[in-house]
Amino acid sequence: MQAQLPFYPDQASNFAPSVDALMTFLILVSLFFAVAITAAIVFFFFKYRRKSENEVGYPIHGDMRLESLWIIVPAFLSLAMFGWGAVVYVDFRHAPQDTLDIYVIGKQWMWKIQQPNGRREINELHVPIGRDVKLVMASEDVIHDFYVPAFRVKMDVVPGHYNTMWFRPTKAGTYRFFCSQYCGTNHAVMGGWVTVMDPSDYAAWLSGSSGTDSPLVAGEKLFTERACVTCHISNGSGRAPSLNGVYGGTVRLADGSTVTADDAYIRESILVPSAKIVAGYQPLMPAFQGQLTEDQILSLTAYIKSLQSQPIPATGAGVLTTGKK
Amino acid sequence: MSTSPTTPAVHQLPEEHYLNSTYGLRSWLLTTDHKRIALLYLASVTFFFFIGGIFATMIRIHLLTPNGYLVTPETYNKLFTMHGVAMIFFFLIPSIPAVLGNFLVPLMIGAKDLAFPKINLLSWYIYLVGGCFVLYSFATGGLDTGWTFYTPLSSVYSNSAVTPAVIGIFINGFSSILTGLNFVVTIHTMRAPGMTWFRLPLFVWAQYATSIIFILGTPVIAITLLLVGLERMFHLGFFNPALGGDPILFQHLFWFYSHPAVYIMILPAMGVISEIIPTFTRKPIFGYTFIAASSIAIAVIGFFVWAHHMFLTGESTYAALAFSLLSYLVAIPSAVKVFNWTSTLYRGSISYDTPLLYSLGFIGLFLIGGLTGLFLACLGLDIHIHDTYFVVAHFHYIMVGGAVMGYVGGLHFWWPKITGKLYPEFLARMAAVILFVGFNLTFFPQFILGYLGMPRRYHNYPPEFQVLNVMSTAGASILALGYLLPMLYLTWSMRYGKVAGPNPWPATGLEWRTPSPPPTENFDVTPVVDWEAYDFKNRPDLGLTQPSGPALSPAHGDD
Repeated sequence: MQAQLPFYPDQASNFAPSVDALMTFLILVSLFFAVAITAAIVFFFFKYRRKSENEVGYPIHGDMRLESLWIIVPAFLSLAMFGWGAVVYVDFRHAPQDTLDIYVIGKQWMWKIQQPNGRREINELHVPIGRDVKLVMASEDVIHDFYVPAFRVKMDVVPGHYNTMWFRPTKAGTYRFFCSQYCGTNHAVMGGWVTVMDPSDYAAWLSGSSGTDSPLVAGEKLFTERACVTCHISNGSGRAPSLNGVYGGTVRLADGSTVTADDAYIRESILVPSAKIVAGYQPLMPAFQGQLTEDQILSLTAYIKSLQSQPIPATGAGVLTTGKK
Repeated sequence: MSTSPTTPAVHQLPEEHYLNSTYGLRSWLLTTDHKRIALLYLASVTFFFFIGGIFATMIRIHLLTPNGYLVTPETYNKLFTMHGVAMIFFFLIPSIPAVLGNFLVPLMIGAKDLAFPKINLLSWYIYLVGGCFVLYSFATGGLDTGWTFYTPLSSVYSNSAVTPAVIGIFINGFSSILTGLNFVVTIHTMRAPGMTWFRLPLFVWAQYATSIIFILGTPVIAITLLLVGLERMFHLGFFNPALGGDPILFQHLFWFYSHPAVYIMILPAMGVISEIIPTFTRKPIFGYTFIAASSIAIAVIGFFVWAHHMFLTGESTYAALAFSLLSYLVAIPSAVKVFNWTSTLYRGSISYDTPLLYSLGFIGLFLIGGLTGLFLACLGLDIHIHDTYFVVAHFHYIMVGGAVMGYVGGLHFWWPKITGKLYPEFLARMAAVILFVGFNLTFFPQFILGYLGMPRRYHNYPPEFQVLNVMSTAGASILALGYLLPMLYLTWSMRYGKVAGPNPWPATGLEWRTPSPPPTENFDVTPVVDWEAYDFKNRPDLGLTQPSGPALSPAHGDD
């Protein structure tokens, strides 16, 4: 168990103990140097005070051994800090498989959050203990940042990009979350509460009410309403590639390069289809830039992600492999 | 040249010097004398320090209570933005180079003036024009983008006077570039006979390193802010994703300059400290070449760490790893300087004069600022403390605890040279202590606030953060007193101070071998340098006795 200092906030996620341990290590190293140097200065200050008006100090120009020592020792300590910090960070940036995906949209000055079953929340986030949760985040306007101090996690929410972050809640309770990237007038009130619940409570809460379609259902409706379905025919006979099994796989483009069909690729292909043309197809699709909200793009992505069941049609020249077996 | 300190003589001001050689407004506004231009800068950066200080005071009063009763959220956002813009672009960046550097670089190398005296005056006018645009922005709607001007908030969404502000900073950039160019050419071509590179005062090395950053970095920020202005005015899509731009591109461009800009602020202050410590310990600085080389190392490596401000923007994990490692690399030359300064005190003849108190204060505060930089460079820890008050505390320790302490300490050290007068020593020592205590009380609680999770740029905050905020505000009022005191007694001393004489400390630099205040042409005859920097031992002209005490082994570098 990590010893908690009084200025450490609640530890409520898998990252909290590892970040705090790192903090403790850096505090100890820093304290050592701060105390040692301050003590040396204070000691010299009194010990070598000027005794007579005309006195000069003893001329010492330097010492190679000392110089090497205080280059090499800080270099090794720095490497240790870098390495340990890198381990925690790389873990944070790479979400495990099978996460509970929750969509988060930031806009001036509120957070819209949607659970996998479609239940929506404003400035609140409910998550179950012990489950790996991944937030998929987009912004409607400026850059925001979703920050949960008790989880020791934050990530910028950038317009035009999808950023994700993951964590595993470990302790039931309610914790503050903040917007920590300055986003204009009411930046300071763009926050809310994260509620960490037992899985059974979470399930009960989820089923409590919904009212809105899940992202998947909403996406399927949009797919028809926006006439995507007229070209993206599932058996591959349409003017556009079938989207079955596309998500997570590798797509070959007209220029011969390949790209991984992740959230960012799907998003770009909806908004600016001409950016990356799938090999074997014409650039016919209209651009949806400015015509879909971030919610709608997320819903469409969720629907496309779900289209994994049917086999890849032979004519879908661009699709090389499927993402999930 | 100088009289022995044991027989204090009554000094007289020289009959003619740079301050009284000509009179009238015209003689100041059209001057090409680097010393007068330094004083023009001194007046203008003090003005901006005052403006920025007023904004800071209002911020701290507002944050006394969780729901902030003083100003509206909109005004609060403008206050911290304008505080940052005034302090960084119009006070911190020009302060030491344009005031002390301008005054001292020619004197220290034994030159009559800078290489391009008219361009030097032009720099000041450019600074003024840029300053006027920014003041116009402050007066007509203010600025609420944060000093970082992050897009698309600044380029699309902000309703404040962004355009005049970015034009002002764009223009002001040329002032920095020209000053840097002037210093580099001067240091290369105008050193007095015998003033080799490794006899240069370390202050000159620091100015040289700073000038490199001025020249290489400033064009990038100027162009970047111009792009923000163009996107705002003509809707060209550079950074706005709705127009096909990328907001992250702005951050890369912005920090490419703005991280090195931190070194623009701190390197000259390190140069000041490297002058003061040998003078008040009366011994050569420990590890001259290491301190000189570390200035250059910081200037060079400082250009390759910018994306450590962007670990959480979604940048590639590999980029984050590289920039974290490079950030640790730049910490090492800074550590080298601290160790060398501390070692210089060993077996010194330490006097408790004001400039030394500032220098020791500088080391203490820079130490904390530098060590907490390691926390932020640490990838795993940055996830939690990025964009919190931890960052605010860290960079104030560097910029205020470091750069401003260095600047104020340097002003005290060279004040007798600049004005020919001494300031009241007791008051000055008091002020140095008040500043140190006030500073720590203001900013140390902010480290804790940051780790507890208080984000920066918040006009109100959860009630559990109040105690620490009240401590910080209390500290700020002590700090304000610490700044007001020197302003008052330094101004007072110009008229009523005791006459200083050419070398009151005494110090070894060339600038102390000419009268105080110096004549317009600096030296009556071109000086010839035949001693090493900070060499008190071989300088009978200083009137000091030879070192005593047991000899050291040759391994200690005893010459």
